[in-house]
Amino acid sequence: MDLLANLSLGFQHALTFNNIAYAFIGCLLGTLIGVLPGLGPLATIAMLLPITYSLSPDAALIMLAGIYYGAQYGGSTTAIIVNLPGESSSVVTAIDGYQMARQGRAGVALSTAAIGSFFAGCTATLAIAAFAPILSEAALQFGPKEYFALMILGILLATVLSTGPVLESLGMVILGAMISLVGTDVNTGEQRFTFGLTQLYDGVDFVPLAMGIFGFAEIVRNLRSEERSLVTQKITNLFPTRDDWRKMTAPILRGSALGTFLGILPGGGAALASFASYTLEKKISRTPEEFGHGAIAGVAGPESANNAAAQTSFIPLLTLGLPSNAVMALIVGAMMIHNIQPGPQVMTSNPGLFWGLIASMWVGNLMLVILNLPLVGLWVKLLTIPYRFLYPAIMMFCCIGIYSIKNDTFELYQAALVCVVGYGILQLKLPPAPMLLGLVLGPQVEENFRRAMLLSRGDATVFFTSPLSGTLLAIAVVALIFMMLPSIRARREKALQE
Amino acid sequence: MQIRDQRALVSGAIFLVIAVVVFMMSLEYEAGTSARMGPGYFPRILSVGLGVLGLVIMAGAVKRTAPVERLEPWTLAPLLWIAGSVAVFAFLLPRLGLVISLAVLLIGSSLASHEFTWRGTIVSTVVLIVTALGAFVYGIGLQFPVWPTIF
Repeated sequence: MDLLANLSLGFQHALTFNNIAYAFIGCLLGTLIGVLPGLGPLATIAMLLPITYSLSPDAALIMLAGIYYGAQYGGSTTAIIVNLPGESSSVVTAIDGYQMARQGRAGVALSTAAIGSFFAGCTATLAIAAFAPILSEAALQFGPKEYFALMILGILLATVLSTGPVLESLGMVILGAMISLVGTDVNTGEQRFTFGLTQLYDGVDFVPLAMGIFGFAEIVRNLRSEERSLVTQKITNLFPTRDDWRKMTAPILRGSALGTFLGILPGGGAALASFASYTLEKKISRTPEEFGHGAIAGVAGPESANNAAAQTSFIPLLTLGLPSNAVMALIVGAMMIHNIQPGPQVMTSNPGLFWGLIASMWVGNLMLVILNLPLVGLWVKLLTIPYRFLYPAIMMFCCIGIYSIKNDTFELYQAALVCVVGYGILQLKLPPAPMLLGLVLGPQVEENFRRAMLLSRGDATVFFTSPLSGTLLAIAVVALIFMMLPSIRARREKALQE
Repeated sequence: MQIRDQRALVSGAIFLVIAVVVFMMSLEYEAGTSARMGPGYFPRILSVGLGVLGLVIMAGAVKRTAPVERLEPWTLAPLLWIAGSVAVFAFLLPRLGLVISLAVLLIGSSLASHEFTWRGTIVSTVVLIVTALGAFVYGIGLQFPVWPTIF
């Protein structure tokens, strides 16, 4: 049994004292920022990236992964108790979760979310363990043209499946790719777009960029509508009744399966999965009228789905080296810091890291259940901290993180500039996350494009005539055309509306 | 022709302008042939792509079916406090050390809030600076100039 041998290797790594401790810190931080509205996993991971220099690669990745899936838990807690989704993925949880809380069943809603998330986490862990080796085996056969086609497909799916107009998202991807051009051209060694600044010879670092937008510019936007009033509900009974159990089992199973699948797709992720699951549950429910009035299935399904998707979105990253969303793009950065090139070779060259990370996700999920239910009261207290004390703290952590990248102030000036530009981007309602994806994928797209064209002696038709890359590009084109059709566009906008 | 969607029109126009500027700049780099691309080849492809997108988005904004959307006004004061205090922090850090620059950063950014009070800000500033020193400088040992270099 390969699977068992691999998983046991993983657990050996994940269960060392050090790694348990970092998984714990990651989960704790993740829950914390999931609870706090206005601070997401993206900004937090960007903030902590530089600090992970000093950790071992296992510990760094385990902690960062913990932040991502921990945030899914934390977001649901506030969504249920105070109708304030801390994370975009828990927006739908707030619909029925808050209604349950108003009926005095906040405790049941919370434990339903926790049980669902835990089950989904286990499913996703097994799914990664089962599918990752197959995919990375296949990926080893990929040449430059297949990689190019795969990245184009990933980028297109990511823009199609995310919120916001498709064309504008695509524009932001290209903008990000343009920023990634800055620096030394790998093939010729020529400096491009550096304006003679030596600090730019290595390219634009994405940490100041991410923090300038998701940290600073976001704060400026939040300052417009500052104070929020909170009415907290008393949390009484945590234990679901027998009837609750019966009603939540099927949605949890369906949500886990759906989330696992949607997480693997490029461009998929937690927010999409939770929404899809809610729609599904409502559609197949025998009592659809209960939805919106405290249906337990409306909590169980989406909460399972977003947690499963948060975890399986690591699959394309670990097997193909392709980040499927902006958070994964930052994880790529974390791997690069430790000189690990993400891709199919990670599994063979660093089996301990690979399986350790997967096993740590299971361990982390267990911790989250234990951590969250008793600590609910504490998390709710945190919400009462006024924003005017919160955001200077966020700024401080960001600035310290940015300076620590290179122990240089250049990146800080850069972040201040990005804050102004990013504020403009947010004001224009342009989606900033695709830009980050473009920034991270840009160099790889260019590199593979140039290499493939070199191999084909300048013949661009090779991308379409080779069976594998042709198929991938065909799917990409179909997805794009599909989304441009007016009728589907209208439905998509309706579906993605939060 | 009527501008219905100001937001999309401006977004598209910005894309177009960036595309033109990047294209002009990439003319300085050799394009090479499609088999042996020079450093200028890919930037040109990207700028053509972005330019076309920009035009299509602009065209969509003046269509009769386009949604009516206005530009949102900028709130300049908070933006300047936030971006400004980051820049000032960057300027002060190598000269006056972490403690003083953090104080400037924290107080400066707190001024962006319209619920600013001196008492609350000073207390939270002191707490945060002590936390930062304890966790980052003495805890995980990040390299920072802590005090002004004259001392």
